[in-house]
Amino acid sequence: MAVDLDRCTGCEACVTACHAENNIPTVGDTQAARGRALHWMRVERYWEGEFPDVRLKFRPVMCQQCDAAPCEPVCPTYAAHHTDEGLNAQVYNRCIGTRYCANACPYNVRFFNFFNPSWDKPLHLQLNPDVSVREVGVMEKCTFCVQRIKAAEVQAKAEDRSLKDGELKPACAQACPATALVFGDLNDPESEVSRLSRSPRGTKLLDDQGTQPKVTYLQRQSSE
Amino acid sequence: MSPTTARQIGDDLLRPLLHTSWRFYLVVALLGGIVASGLGAWAYQVYQGFGVTGIRWPTYWGFYVTNFVFWIGISHAGTLISAILRLVNARWRRPVTRCAEVITVFALMIGAMFPIIHLGRPWLFFWLIPYPSERQIWPNFRSPLVWDFFAINTYLAGSLLFLLLPLIPDFALVRDRTTGWRRKIYGVLALGWQGTTKQWHRLESAMQIMAIAIIPVALSVHTVVSFDFSMAPVPMWHSTIFGPYFVAGAIFSGIAALIIAMAFLRRFLHLEDYLHPVHFENLGKLLLMMSLLWTYFIFAERLTVWYGNEPSEMAVFWATQRGEFAPLFWTMIVCNFVIPFPILSLRRLRTIAGTVVASFTVLVGMWLERFLIIVPSLSHKQLPYSWGVYRPRPVEIIITIATFAAMALLYVLFSKVVPIISIWELKVGGQSMPVVTPKEEREADGLWRARP
Repeated sequence: MAVDLDRCTGCEACVTACHAENNIPTVGDTQAARGRALHWMRVERYWEGEFPDVRLKFRPVMCQQCDAAPCEPVCPTYAAHHTDEGLNAQVYNRCIGTRYCANACPYNVRFFNFFNPSWDKPLHLQLNPDVSVREVGVMEKCTFCVQRIKAAEVQAKAEDRSLKDGELKPACAQACPATALVFGDLNDPESEVSRLSRSPRGTKLLDDQGTQPKVTYLQRQSSE
Repeated sequence: MSPTTARQIGDDLLRPLLHTSWRFYLVVALLGGIVASGLGAWAYQVYQGFGVTGIRWPTYWGFYVTNFVFWIGISHAGTLISAILRLVNARWRRPVTRCAEVITVFALMIGAMFPIIHLGRPWLFFWLIPYPSERQIWPNFRSPLVWDFFAINTYLAGSLLFLLLPLIPDFALVRDRTTGWRRKIYGVLALGWQGTTKQWHRLESAMQIMAIAIIPVALSVHTVVSFDFSMAPVPMWHSTIFGPYFVAGAIFSGIAALIIAMAFLRRFLHLEDYLHPVHFENLGKLLLMMSLLWTYFIFAERLTVWYGNEPSEMAVFWATQRGEFAPLFWTMIVCNFVIPFPILSLRRLRTIAGTVVASFTVLVGMWLERFLIIVPSLSHKQLPYSWGVYRPRPVEIIITIATFAAMALLYVLFSKVVPIISIWELKVGGQSMPVVTPKEEREADGLWRARP
């Protein structure tokens, strides 16, 4: 995935779309104030300068799907593991909730279910049947909407063809009105996301940690 | 040694087993009540969900892991110290070793509970065990938590053996001195001990082997516990000093726990003739040495981080040095160095009362040290946007208090059914006072060879 920080307006449509797509529970204001909210996708806000000459910068942060992910080796039960396609999968049924993966993750994009999930009405009526609901005590995180990837792969296979670039989008990229989020196959050098990832503006978040993230951030060039 | 004194030792040390006062029941009821409330708190947490604790994003480890590291640290009191004292044949060790070994076993049991209490889904803890499953799924052997599982179980098995081996002749003594159901139970526990030369010889070699084997195991256990932290790329966790630093801290807090336990035993079981001021003085010297070593380690850790000036580490550094965790940090320094150092270095203050005061402050300081390793780092990771806070909630506090009560309860119950000071070792030692002159040492050696 590539994230164009010049295009991000900080509208948080991606956050909402992610909650809706992935059956992420709403915890209510009391628990959210206690740090129990689960946001697989978050938009970080950074203020620069002194009032009144302040500038606001946004950075959407989701699981960076690292190639050398620190969360994976520390999991005692293989709940966090690397798939053949290069995703960091989280096997909810295998997770026993040591929360060690969340400590090891330098991006803090892993979330713990402090209670059994619940949704404010009428959100409970719109659960996505393609995504399992997580029990109390397990970790969860951004999957790059693996259910959409798998569905598109099955469809392509049925039609005896390979996946086309831009054929599928995770919920966040689909919802982004500014097309700041671009998703695609990094193994395909011709894909849009590969092209953007090679951009001279491209940087990785906390690159010095050696995690080899698969998300590329295109730095801001505009001054506003 | 005259037969009367041998008889006297047996009478004195078996008294707690045979006579029970109402105070015992009162203490057991009180401690049992606290332990029960801790179990209730845990049941509440399991039933309601982990949200009843103060754990929150991004500080996912808090009191429970602090307690885990603290109690595993306390467990280094025993087996390690008693093994070293046995190997160097320190004569003053005889009344001390068993008190210490018991601490090890119980502290390990309590410490090993915490990784389970701390699990999101504790009912699935057995997935850490490498058992053959029909799905052919094994634990992830790359995970330091799995290393922990093996290290702690090895240490627990080793220290149980180390505790039980020298108990055999004492069980036989209780068997021979009692009648009825006590005789039957202790007869089973004594494993058919007759006191023959062959049996003594085997016991001696077995203890020697265990004493040597347990030392590397003890050192490795707390090193592996430190790996839980130092393996993760978290600011101020990712450090090579953590292995020896944790081991030093563990022995430090372990000696403090031993001194406190001995002081209580001396007072409440009337063992003034066996636990002398000199025992406290000697352990106080060890405590002083560990205090200096610990202070050196924390100085080395802080200095290298400060000099390296790496931004994410400096965030944690300043949060502990002068930020929100500074009150706790400086309390820790006062408790682990400023108070114990003068008490333990001045002979006039290195009395029973003095060493007990120093030990209490060391326990407080070492608990804070474990907390200050875990929480400031997790709440100040690399991305400032995701910095957080942690405040414990009642469930965690109750469970923490309950573990201290559990330790005391197990200790009280144990000293009720087992002679808490090794009777036969005192007898072969000839006297409970430390042997000072070479002539006395030779005499004592002769007694050892003569068997009791």
